[in-house]
Amino acid sequence: MPNTKGAGTGEDPAVEIVAGNGLLHRRLFLTRGAAMLGAGGLGLMTARPGGAEPLEIPPWMRSPGTHMSAYGQPSEHESDVQRVVGGTPNVVGSGVSFTPHHRLHGTITPNSLHFERHHSGVPSIDPQRHRLLIHGAVRRALTFTTEALLRYPTVTRIQFLECSGNSGQNLGPEPPQAPCGVIHGLMSCSEWTGVPLAILMEEAGVDPGATWVLAEGADAAAMSRSVPLEKIMDDAIVALYQNGERLRPENGYPMRLFLPGWEGNMSVKWLRRLQVTDAPTMTRDETSHYTDVLLGGKALILTFPMEVKSVITSPSTGLSLGAAGLYEITGLAWSGLGRIRRVEVSADGGRTWADAALTEPVLDKSFTRFRMAWRWDGGPAVLMSRAVDETGAVQPTRASIVAEHGERMNYHNNAIQAWSIADSGEVSNVYA
Amino acid sequence: MSTRDSFRRAVAAGAVGICACLLGARGAAAQQAGPGLGVEIAPEDYAPWDISIQPDGEGLPPGSGDAATGAQVYAAKCLACHGEEGAGGPNDRLVGGHGTLADLNQVRTIGSFWPQASTVFDYIRRAMPFQAPQSLSNDEVYALTAYLLSLNGIIDEDEVMNAETLAKVQMPNRDGFVPAWPQRGDR
Repeated sequence: MPNTKGAGTGEDPAVEIVAGNGLLHRRLFLTRGAAMLGAGGLGLMTARPGGAEPLEIPPWMRSPGTHMSAYGQPSEHESDVQRVVGGTPNVVGSGVSFTPHHRLHGTITPNSLHFERHHSGVPSIDPQRHRLLIHGAVRRALTFTTEALLRYPTVTRIQFLECSGNSGQNLGPEPPQAPCGVIHGLMSCSEWTGVPLAILMEEAGVDPGATWVLAEGADAAAMSRSVPLEKIMDDAIVALYQNGERLRPENGYPMRLFLPGWEGNMSVKWLRRLQVTDAPTMTRDETSHYTDVLLGGKALILTFPMEVKSVITSPSTGLSLGAAGLYEITGLAWSGLGRIRRVEVSADGGRTWADAALTEPVLDKSFTRFRMAWRWDGGPAVLMSRAVDETGAVQPTRASIVAEHGERMNYHNNAIQAWSIADSGEVSNVYA
Repeated sequence: MSTRDSFRRAVAAGAVGICACLLGARGAAAQQAGPGLGVEIAPEDYAPWDISIQPDGEGLPPGSGDAATGAQVYAAKCLACHGEEGAGGPNDRLVGGHGTLADLNQVRTIGSFWPQASTVFDYIRRAMPFQAPQSLSNDEVYALTAYLLSLNGIIDEDEVMNAETLAKVQMPNRDGFVPAWPQRGDR
């Protein structure tokens, strides 16, 4: 977040207040936006009281720059924009890394910053030796080479992937004070290209009466999950490309299952085997993990779609505000059940709300970027966002989820996130 | 799985085999036609990959083991991560926690939480020990399964686990799960 110390804003009678504590009408963006707000996000109307610094010819204009490069890298000045890596004790390679959403913008996650969850490390797979096996309740068991799959028809879609453990820390008794990208960093969004699984399943010939497919990875955990055949035949792909380039090893190279909108663990990486069955296999990762214990002790199982959710990425924890004045509140909204219809923002802890502007394109099961103009008066504020998807589902409050599950580590936490802004401009995570 | 696959293969090779390609092509036409580059493989040739165990025991291989044998394998290959008698530390606790699922600090173990015994065999064989997965013999996996089920009080100490007996084991929390599919989660 750019430091905006020294920024100021005068009263502008044309700016319409739409909700409490300084939320402004989105017309500000739609009409006057380009001139007033610029492209920089935060740090608006930065008139310097002392006048601008005198300009000089910078050193990088006084000699030629560096040579072309075979594979580009981010600026050295952005080298601190990194995944935060968390591990499991005693088991190298098992753990997570988080996408630093508070340092990113737009909707596409760079491949190098896509979140990771591995159960036994990243395998080093030779694509020429890798095989995809389809067997079980099929007319004929088939194997496919990587080279063969690269010849199949493809589909390309921009869609999010979210671990069902994302935001789970927010179900603990105390709000974790960690950057936004650590609390909500087990989600990312990419353009995925791959072969529709329906084509491969038709080729193998699925038995009538078959209803499930066991998917297994070629990692050292041979991680496996059961997927309803209905989903496999609907929109599942064997993904080969991510954001235009072949999958990264940590995202399943040379191929992964991709199940739009469903909990990330099911999009099995390093996909090597699909076994058609007539019931869920009840693997370790769909029973002992990735199930949601309810009050009373029973547990929800086979909880697949990631439901409607949003989070303000700026301002958020990991960032801080400068001087009082006009800011852009922006964040991400998504739903595993379809498109985002609406995002509302509150600056007064949920007492009043106003509609945010949705950045086009608003895509199915994808990140949608929302924006809201806000005049921060320099006093305390609690920022929240609440998304609604095209099914009409409304993002729930944390209180309603806690009422169902209690305060314990859990999956599928899609609760409204509240960020508290202090007079100092510091941002903290609060339950509101 | 291999028996059923063999049967299907026999059927496919006979009556259905000739028209299989045509049927496949017609079914896929609604989507897009693929180039048909899948190569047929016999069950005996994919057997090393065919490692999933179904809840009814389908897929359980030949072999057997008991808790006493399992205790020895456990001491050698599991104890460093999972503690004495599955008590946990530094990694997952495997034993105990019965009756804690409604508590805030619930203890989820094989005994208190896992709904299917088949999963114990399936997971140990595919993923354990962490540093050397798929290195245990089927007898060792049966023995470890017997040991962990016995520690959890689910089977008797001297009960031998094999394809037949393991398929009959009833887990304490088998009715503790509410499927959210096909219905949408009610949250």
